[in-house]
Amino acid sequence: MTQQTGIRTEAPPRSDAAVVRDALGVGVAVGLSGFAFGVTAAGAGLTVLQTCALSLLVFTGASQFALVGALAAGGNPFTAAAGAFFLGVRNAFYGLRLAQLLRLPRALRPFAAQWVIDETTVVTLAQSGRRAARIGFAVTGATVYLLWNLTTLLGALGASALGDPDAWGLDAAGPAVFLALLAPMLRTAVERAVAGLAVVLVLVGVPLLPAGVPVLVSALAAPAVLALRGRVPGLPKTEPDTADLPDPPDPEDPPHPLDPADPGRGGADGTGAVGGDGARTATGGRAGTGRAAAGPETGAETGAESGAETGADEKEQVG
Amino acid sequence: MSVWIAIGVTTVGCYLVKLLGLSVPAGVLERPAVKRLAALVPIALLAALTAQQTLSEGTALVPDARVAGVGAAAVALLLRAPFLVVVGVAVLVTAGARALGA
Repeated sequence: MTQQTGIRTEAPPRSDAAVVRDALGVGVAVGLSGFAFGVTAAGAGLTVLQTCALSLLVFTGASQFALVGALAAGGNPFTAAAGAFFLGVRNAFYGLRLAQLLRLPRALRPFAAQWVIDETTVVTLAQSGRRAARIGFAVTGATVYLLWNLTTLLGALGASALGDPDAWGLDAAGPAVFLALLAPMLRTAVERAVAGLAVVLVLVGVPLLPAGVPVLVSALAAPAVLALRGRVPGLPKTEPDTADLPDPPDPEDPPHPLDPADPGRGGADGTGAVGGDGARTATGGRAGTGRAAAGPETGAETGAESGAETGADEKEQVG
Repeated sequence: MSVWIAIGVTTVGCYLVKLLGLSVPAGVLERPAVKRLAALVPIALLAALTAQQTLSEGTALVPDARVAGVGAAAVALLLRAPFLVVVGVAVLVTAGARALGA
């Protein structure tokens, strides 16, 4: 309860300059990693033109790295594109959130769409008010787009000067990017189970299946875990707020998987941490984490009082 | 040629899903089952890609210096390092491990 006073108050509206500074910071940090992409793509055998076309036209980093990796491993173009596409699907859900915040005129949407990516979403969601959201989106989008393409070109051109990119350790850039995007998404047992199962599936698949296919097969980890949850100990039937999107990764300050709680998802994490299987399976659906009142009551019915109550308790603290 | 096909298909697909999100009325994609899967599929893909690109070469599992680099990146993430530092650490440690003959 003492936490009540420690909770950050709603941030006051920030000046345009502050929003621009945030946006530029994220834009520069991420834009620069285009260099790693340029080198990786060139090292995978793509021409400079092909490499730059990817950054200009696809412009969503994880998909680009995935496509290049699949092509380098000898995958056929459609399998490779499928993996990249499925990774890009998350942008549709970012777009949903952004549409509500930005309220763009219909005519602008086809142009704004190209900038709907992890980084612009992170910055835009962090702003309060439409004006700040629009500035954040536009400045982050422009900065990342410009720098990502510029550094892609430099990386692609520089790759030949570097000689063997592997000698410089640049083959580790791709997986490091994936890991950095993944880490903030691993908050609940369900999410970790999906990641773990996906790793097992892909490692079993690599020696057995054609290149590019194992990654697609690993996507089945998501529905598989959803189907299994509640039946396997440790895989709660309710996953807190995961029905919502994972918070988009923040390249500047990645939310930490081991964080005890952050204000946005504190209730969910709190219940997850203390309730164990009891509180979460007992409450069924999302009631347990969504409404504190429902927690203890429903939990009591199935004899999971302590777990559910503690969950409700924490909920009050953050709520 | 096949590279251009892959680029073209990926371009069209990735652009259309971006535009879809901005354009559809809220509610269409808001069904719980859809949202839950949409949240979990990227997790599966990113985890698989991390493992595959760290441990495999073509269709063989070949653990090498990348394991050290990506492991160092994981430590950097735990220490809340910024994105660019995480990638930089992975590259440098991999290069270092390789220079040492890993």
